[in-house]
Amino acid sequence: MGKRMLLRGNEVIAEAAIRAGCQCYFAYPITPQAELLEHMAKNMPRLGRTFIQAESELAAINMVYGAASVGVRTMTSSSSPGISLKQEGISYLAGSNLPAVIVNIVRGGPGLGDIAPAQCDYFQATKGGGHGDYHMIVLAPSTAPEAGELTMLAFDLADQYRTPVMILADGMLGQMMEPVELPEPIDIASLPVKEWATTGAKGRDPNVILSFDLDPEVLKKMNLALQKRYRQIEAKEVRYEEAATEDADILIAAYGTVARIAKSVVRMARAEGIKLGLFRPITLWPFPYQPLKELAGRVKTVLTVEMSAGQMWEDVRLAVAERANTPFYGEMGGVVPTPRRILSEVRKHAS
Amino acid sequence: MECSVIIAGFGGQGVILAGKILAQAGMDHGLEVTWLPSYGPEMRGGTANCTVVLSDEPVGSPIVDDPSALIAMNLPSLDKFESTVAKGGTIVVNTSLIDRAVKRGDAQVASLQLNELAEKVGSMRAINMVALGAYVKATKILPLDTVKGAMVRMLKKGGKEKFVTMNEQALEEGYNAV
Repeated sequence: MGKRMLLRGNEVIAEAAIRAGCQCYFAYPITPQAELLEHMAKNMPRLGRTFIQAESELAAINMVYGAASVGVRTMTSSSSPGISLKQEGISYLAGSNLPAVIVNIVRGGPGLGDIAPAQCDYFQATKGGGHGDYHMIVLAPSTAPEAGELTMLAFDLADQYRTPVMILADGMLGQMMEPVELPEPIDIASLPVKEWATTGAKGRDPNVILSFDLDPEVLKKMNLALQKRYRQIEAKEVRYEEAATEDADILIAAYGTVARIAKSVVRMARAEGIKLGLFRPITLWPFPYQPLKELAGRVKTVLTVEMSAGQMWEDVRLAVAERANTPFYGEMGGVVPTPRRILSEVRKHAS
Repeated sequence: MECSVIIAGFGGQGVILAGKILAQAGMDHGLEVTWLPSYGPEMRGGTANCTVVLSDEPVGSPIVDDPSALIAMNLPSLDKFESTVAKGGTIVVNTSLIDRAVKRGDAQVASLQLNELAEKVGSMRAINMVALGAYVKATKILPLDTVKGAMVRMLKKGGKEKFVTMNEQALEEGYNAV
């Protein structure tokens, strides 16, 4: 492990990407993820790697498609409106079985919205934001150190399953600083060779990378292969955290920044005798339905707290399946729920 | 033990950097820390603030309802945050720019003419370090030398070595004025 550094979430993600062997990064600036791009601008050329500030988000995501096709680790980052622009390219990446990492530092929406922290892109991230039957693995860090760990993991999962992986964070996590110990850089030469990559066909049959076939039966087979892989991911890659759940009779379900705020709420609630626990999905897709289902059988209430109108709430209700009450508390437009506001919601359901 | 402080003032008074230096010092002292800035477009010429949490266990929420201290560099900052300070908390008030008394009777108040103290050490730009020195003395949160060390490293990292001496004096000036 390296030494402890005080870094912004945005810088942590950028540095972790570099240490994970990201060789090509393409992006277009937007608040509140600017420091991520700045860190890459400063360090990628120094390391002999590729940094391009593209002319648009569309250009950036299609540059990612190109870099992924030749088998190098590649990433783009943006914030909500910019991620909307990238959706076509993400669908193409998924359809073409290309590994790539996409970072969304979410801000208030819809439309141009504002630049404050939000979680209103959950549907877009987890349900397939572009066209076609596809998913991305979606990882939701709650702290700056975890943002580093999950960014490194994102590159591994992308390669392993040949799929785009999204880091879904928000403006608060992007902007805030925290002590971080980043893992040592990986040895790029040690990564498995990507036999499918378009690296020049000299001495072998050409590799073809396409998300396209006009024969419905062939396209169906391509879809079935994707779905098979998604089932494997659902079986193997579900990640979540439980805190203070052993004796809990009420749970908060929250992810990302809200989940860390909720950890303070757990302490406050316990100090006044409320047996509150926290269930925190780390993979938003695949969503941890089964562990939440099991927990829901042991508690009276699962209170979902989000910086949205209730997007993850839908998955929570699918998981809980009426085994417990499922109230919701959300803030929108970039308003961040404070510990006291969440606690007052908890009190309403604790009696 | 968990302490939190909101440092607030005009854009240009260095509140964001003061918070970073405090967070760095806390980390150097072996504490868990978070530093959260206001990052709205209002920062230039308007008000700016940041929240620093220092704790001996992992920090949950980086936003706080009731900070244990407030450094108010101007009147809008005092107006906005005075009521939020925890009972028995500390308020550092810049009386150079704030011409009203603190209303809270249940807080420890350190009133200083921060602008004048900064000018005394050579530059209005050192006002953030005067304020930080005063806060460190009033709360005894960290040794002054730890804060100095963090400041020196951070200025050097930013290529601003030539301002180190003045900022050391500024920290001391604020510290000794409480």
